[in-house]
Amino acid sequence: MSSSSPPPELVCPAGSLPALKAAVDHGADAVYIGLKNETNARNFPGLNFDEVSARAGIEYARQRGRKVFMAINTYAQGVDITRWTRGIDQAADLGVDAVILADIGLMRYAAQRHPGLRLHMSVQSSATNYEAVNLAHELFGVQRAVLPRVLTLDQVRHVIEHTPVQIEVFGFGSLCVMVEGRCLLSSYATGESPNTHGVCSPAKYVRWEEGASALDARLNGVLIDRYAKDEPAGYPTLCKGRFAVQDETYYALEEPTSLNVITMLPQIMAMGVSAIKVEGRQRSPAYVAQVTQALRAALDAAAHDGARYNVKPAWHQALGKVAEGQQQTLGAYNRPWR
Amino acid sequence: MSATPVNRLQLALGPVLFFWSRDDIFRFYAEAMQWPVDTIYLGEVVCARRQQVRTADWIALGQDLADAGKEVVLSCQALLESETDLRRLRRLVENGRLRVEANDLGAARLARQHGLPFVAGTHMNIYNAATLALVEELGACRWLPPVEMGQALLGELLQELQRSGSALQTEVFAWGKLPLAFSARCFTARHYNLNKDDCQFRCLDHPDGLTLATRDAQDFLAINGIQTLSAGCTALLSHLAQMQAMGVHSVRISPQWQHTAEVVQLFRRALDGETPADELLTQLAAYAPGPLVDGYWRGEAGMAQLKEVAHASA
Repeated sequence: MSSSSPPPELVCPAGSLPALKAAVDHGADAVYIGLKNETNARNFPGLNFDEVSARAGIEYARQRGRKVFMAINTYAQGVDITRWTRGIDQAADLGVDAVILADIGLMRYAAQRHPGLRLHMSVQSSATNYEAVNLAHELFGVQRAVLPRVLTLDQVRHVIEHTPVQIEVFGFGSLCVMVEGRCLLSSYATGESPNTHGVCSPAKYVRWEEGASALDARLNGVLIDRYAKDEPAGYPTLCKGRFAVQDETYYALEEPTSLNVITMLPQIMAMGVSAIKVEGRQRSPAYVAQVTQALRAALDAAAHDGARYNVKPAWHQALGKVAEGQQQTLGAYNRPWR
Repeated sequence: MSATPVNRLQLALGPVLFFWSRDDIFRFYAEAMQWPVDTIYLGEVVCARRQQVRTADWIALGQDLADAGKEVVLSCQALLESETDLRRLRRLVENGRLRVEANDLGAARLARQHGLPFVAGTHMNIYNAATLALVEELGACRWLPPVEMGQALLGELLQELQRSGSALQTEVFAWGKLPLAFSARCFTARHYNLNKDDCQFRCLDHPDGLTLATRDAQDFLAINGIQTLSAGCTALLSHLAQMQAMGVHSVRISPQWQHTAEVVQLFRRALDGETPADELLTQLAAYAPGPLVDGYWRGEAGMAQLKEVAHASA
């Protein structure tokens, strides 16, 4: 690729105003945030923005020439969906640069009520093919779609070649092994899921049980994992537990890993990806700062160096330190993983 | 003692979610043709690699079933990733006679372009009245709520449908292991330490999926290639009268490797109202591929077992 192509937009997470500032200060082009309720897919206690902090965050980013997106990306529930539509109205009033929506009913509301508001299709929409993306474009003028973390690089390229919609992909963060928006495991165990409540394996259902020889991590009573005394214990996200299948106990669905595409940035850029997204609105400002800084440096280097791009050990170290489970993977982008 | 008939409810047979051999599929539908079901859904919903029955075969089989008097719907793959997936989808949509069940926005787009009324499947993620109205405008003639939707929320939506004079039909997933998640990754191949691209079609050995148990031996989930199902078998038999009163159009039975015929018969008897539901439930439990659950319907965790037979387990 030519050494003059601008790098894709770096889109970073913020679950709080300090995290937003960290993202902006360390080189994010855009920051995505959510409101303090079940309208967003990271509805965790102590996280997210109210009107005042959102306004302050948007001003902070704006003054520095950066963008703020608002994720309203759970599925509106029932007949009275004012909590979600009010969120969209609020985002429009605040002057966000885009809203990130999953529910096509909400996309229609936003397109009709706020024709000037830029719409992004959330990863929670589960749009894995260009027909799905193009439907949202035709009907609501959606301008960008975030692809679920399940496609290979070739499949991402194929989508890009067949749609006028900008494509955003995940570049770093905790890995959902399931197609986003198509996983009900959490509600099967607890009654609450990402689609309905913006949560996965919610903390209020977690119970740690200290036994004589082991520590049990339970989610609403279901044993998600059991740790020996000297074993590091992780949060019991239910797809990341160890289970028995035909008498063999192992990480039957997914090992705790982080997605990290830093080694393949030139390929991702060459195919025309518009934006690279970092997962982790639930993570600390320190995490946001570290990841943003490393990816900013890597993206700039890839844009500048082209074919001579080399991953610097410092970036790997920085990202390795914050990666979940200390393991990193290229995820579905790298075919053998599947 | 007899129960109230709920015979305005129709009985539907969902698509086979597991990988059965071509012979087994054809044998299954030869039998199903004789069963007292109104509607038969068929097609490969889960995995693009399962091609013993090809798209043209599904269409031909569907036409045979339609000729035999069943309402037939071709179910589309839920996770559409490649151009090959989309080509197969187009062939289904362009079959010229049968309706399709869309499990993805892309499928809805194609059906709409062809002016073909479609069933909006349970994977379409319709959770509210605004989205439901939109999907109807796109051409849906029927829809299935997400399996995690409870009775209370569904009741609200159905009232709204009636208020708006909508003709949209509602179908509820009423029997079988619940389809809970899709991944790009194949968990069956992972279990056998195989790559997905070289999976050796091990799913054929597990016609009801592979049970995933917790480390304290609770059957929790079931692996079916790239799909994760519940280990529990949803059983909404006791709620049929409530469904009819709410305005539900049909109830879906999801095929299982054995005893689907018996399950269909028991549901039919429940609809005809000749036998009390609790009596039928006891018989049903014997045919269930897992513990009976109905938590989602009652607004609880999906795995919550039936109050009537909380101890029942296969």
